[in-house]
Amino acid sequence: MNKIWEFIDKKPNSISVLSSIAAVIFGLIFGFILMLIVSPGTAASGFATILFGPFSDLRNIGFLLHYAAPIILTGLSVAFAFKTGLFNIGASGQLTVGAFFGLYVGVNWDFLGPVHWIVALLAAAVGGAIWGGITGLLKAYRNVNEVVSSIMLNYVSLYLVNLLILNFIYAGRSEAMRPVASARIPSGFMDTIFAGSPANIGIFIALLIAAILHIVLNYTTFGFELKSVGESRTAAKYAGIKEKRSIVFSFLIAGAIAGIAGGLMYLVGDRSFRINEQIIEQGFTGIAIALLGLSSPIGVILAGLFYGSIMRGGDAAQRFVREEIVEIIIAVIIYFSALSLFAKQFIGNIVKQKMKEKPKEPSKEGESR
Amino acid sequence: MDHAVEMINITKEFPGIKANDKIDLRLKKGEIHALLGENGAGKSTLMSILFGIYKADEGEIRVNNEPAEITNPNDANKLGIGMVHQHFKLVDRFTVLENIILGFEDTKNRVLVYDDAREKIKELSEQYNLKVDPDKRVADISVGHQQRVEILKMLYRDAEILILDEPTASLTPQEIDELMDILKTLRKEGKSILFISHKLKEIMEIADRCTILRRGKYIDTVNIHETSFEELAEKMVGRKVDFTLEKDKAKPKDTVLSMKNVNVTDPISQQHVVKDFTAESKRGEILVVAGIEGNGQTELIYGLTGLYPVDSGEIHLNEENVTEYSIRERALAGISHIPEDRQKHGLILDFPLEYNMILQSYHQEPFQKRGFLQFDAIRDHTNRLIERFDVRSSSGAKSVTRSLSGGNQQKAILGREIDRESDLLLAVQPTRGLDVGAIEFIHKELVNYRDQDKSVMIVSYDLDEVFNLADRILVMYEGENVGVFDPKEVSREDLGLYMAGSKKGDQS
Ligand SMILES: Nc1ncnc2c1ncn2[C@@H]1O[C@H](COP(=O)(O)OP(=O)(O)OP(=O)(O)O)[C@@H](O)[C@H]1O
Ligand SMILES: [Mg+2]
Repeated sequence: MNKIWEFIDKKPNSISVLSSIAAVIFGLIFGFILMLIVSPGTAASGFATILFGPFSDLRNIGFLLHYAAPIILTGLSVAFAFKTGLFNIGASGQLTVGAFFGLYVGVNWDFLGPVHWIVALLAAAVGGAIWGGITGLLKAYRNVNEVVSSIMLNYVSLYLVNLLILNFIYAGRSEAMRPVASARIPSGFMDTIFAGSPANIGIFIALLIAAILHIVLNYTTFGFELKSVGESRTAAKYAGIKEKRSIVFSFLIAGAIAGIAGGLMYLVGDRSFRINEQIIEQGFTGIAIALLGLSSPIGVILAGLFYGSIMRGGDAAQRFVREEIVEIIIAVIIYFSALSLFAKQFIGNIVKQKMKEKPKEPSKEGESR
Repeated sequence: MDHAVEMINITKEFPGIKANDKIDLRLKKGEIHALLGENGAGKSTLMSILFGIYKADEGEIRVNNEPAEITNPNDANKLGIGMVHQHFKLVDRFTVLENIILGFEDTKNRVLVYDDAREKIKELSEQYNLKVDPDKRVADISVGHQQRVEILKMLYRDAEILILDEPTASLTPQEIDELMDILKTLRKEGKSILFISHKLKEIMEIADRCTILRRGKYIDTVNIHETSFEELAEKMVGRKVDFTLEKDKAKPKDTVLSMKNVNVTDPISQQHVVKDFTAESKRGEILVVAGIEGNGQTELIYGLTGLYPVDSGEIHLNEENVTEYSIRERALAGISHIPEDRQKHGLILDFPLEYNMILQSYHQEPFQKRGFLQFDAIRDHTNRLIERFDVRSSSGAKSVTRSLSGGNQQKAILGREIDRESDLLLAVQPTRGLDVGAIEFIHKELVNYRDQDKSVMIVSYDLDEVFNLADRILVMYEGENVGVFDPKEVSREDLGLYMAGSKKGDQS
């Protein structure tokens, strides 16, 4: 045990990782207690299904990956903005607008042939980027707080897209038309491996984008500029970086990623975009995923996969528990991950305590001098 | 013996460095005790331990002759200890009053009440002649005023033991005189004061005793009236220090920078602060802009570097009209800039040191190839600068910049900008916060820079530095150039009159 404390003490980052894991565990425990209260008889089997059901066969794993892909992307959208000092609460709106752009192209431009789905996905990225860009422009040139404007734009996008769908791609029964076959995200070999699931290459697109973001942020001059502006606008300006432009770029990119998430969600054959009074939840979940994943691409991928597995577990567990319970568990995990800062401090204190209790070895430097 | 504070055998280690190594410090009641040491010697760390920000690994603290356990600043407050930090911690958007009572608020029925606090602040301000205006916003008051607010804040909390970490580093000479008077009054009232400064003159003037640290170790504690300027310097640096700068006569060549009728308006306050400013600076000379702080020097430099737009007038660099150039374009055209505020402009505190060393040049080869950062080149560059400018830190190039001591942060900026070898080096208060050894070194570097036929333009509020460095002195008053002087032909008294605006001169 002592070794563990020492390790944590030496690597401050591990405290953050630990606090994310703690958030997940607390969320699960809380969910289990809730299930015990609501239906004591089936709680144990229901809980086991939530945890392990998704891994019972390849078909379930296929579902898991399919659920995870857009969530990883919205998580990346929020995490990317965060790394550049911005809080993107608007992933939902960007996703919604992206979905419309993608669908519009996916429904109408069937002359594109084999590249149809690529163009549709890019259109989704453009839609998201436009929506994100508005927030970025307001922040950079009018000093409008990005949290406020992106929340409001979430609602604007909701009703705007409803209206656009009614006018341009309405299929009746409060649904948008589905994209034609050529515009659907190809399933690649996924439908043979994960037979019976809707899995397509979406998960690889998400992973690819995670890798690109990681490289851009950590290895390029462009990423250096974005991070500089995020850390200190004044110092970045001093260094000759166009800090306003940089903020707009951050939001364009964050928006594009969320837009692609919208594309992945709706450029499929088995689900249609519904005219709705609710903001699409995947956007908000992205915030939790980014928090849980500590804004690092790898962390976001893991958190997104976990989220996908809980979702799929929830599907399977509906024999035992109500859908709402699954949603509550997810909500609790989200809360705990939002509180992960708090947990971080808490764990940090424990480590300090443990390190103090450990008797200090006589210093070796004294002898060598 | 009656001691306010005794710190005995204090040791504090950060990963990679022993910041304090068995240090003893004894503060007598009612004395002003100076703490002297090179940049990175461990002064701020020691004071942070006393104030409960860091916990010592080893050692004992006694306050008022009783053992004390100080684990956080609240404990320190309760023991009557107050601290003014090296980099202030006031909330810009709050008023002075709000800042002072922050964390110490009075409430009636859960509603904040200010009246008693305002009264108390006024009384204290009177008593110690602090001239603090409780209703001004911190963002709108001068650095000197902020300093006095910090002092009042301690007094408001009934502190008897006052810690001041480099309180004079960012003050003008006039403000320093005022602060010295305030400190004397405080001593008369029985307060015990720990005072950190690199300025030996101040220590000689005001302190009763002085404890000297070097590289984390305790060197000595001396009575001020039994020591000298030179002895202090030698004890601190470990060698003799030259206080007068040896330099050859300047050989000015062609003009590098020329400003014609430059006007600058502060974009925030909308005040017209630089007025019809015309001046030149040449290769092979050091031009020092002298003046009392707040006479447009800051904005003049902002206008030259592009941080502020100029309203009218022209700026030429090597005959190239750069008036409309962006900040980046000016830097590339040949301007280096050592900014006045190292934490606001000069550094990104949460970046590793090596990233800050390429803050201006990350987009140039060899630090970048085809848009990708070249980490080996960056590391080599940083290590070279660390070596040359003696930047001390816990883990070298990888150290988080925030963890560097104030003086070492400054040395890092100086190194970065001097190394860029631009035709024009603009430096505002270049030696702010440096120890005497480092000042000697930097002054030599600046003269070297000049001798490589480059132009150096320095803004300084310190007359010693002005006369030490300048080949020509330009006096700025209320945004105007009121005259250019040869330092050999103008007396300090006359210069003072020009700076105060009571005399106007001709261009020479
Ligand atoms: N939080 C920290 N983590 C790692 N190293 C630190 C930290 N704080 C201080 N140090 C290191 O400890 C040493 C002492 O720093 P300190 O700030 O006490 O110096 P100082 O005497 O106040 O110097 P200056 O005159 O430049 O302000 C420095 O080398 C600094 O890099
Ligand atoms: Mg210090």
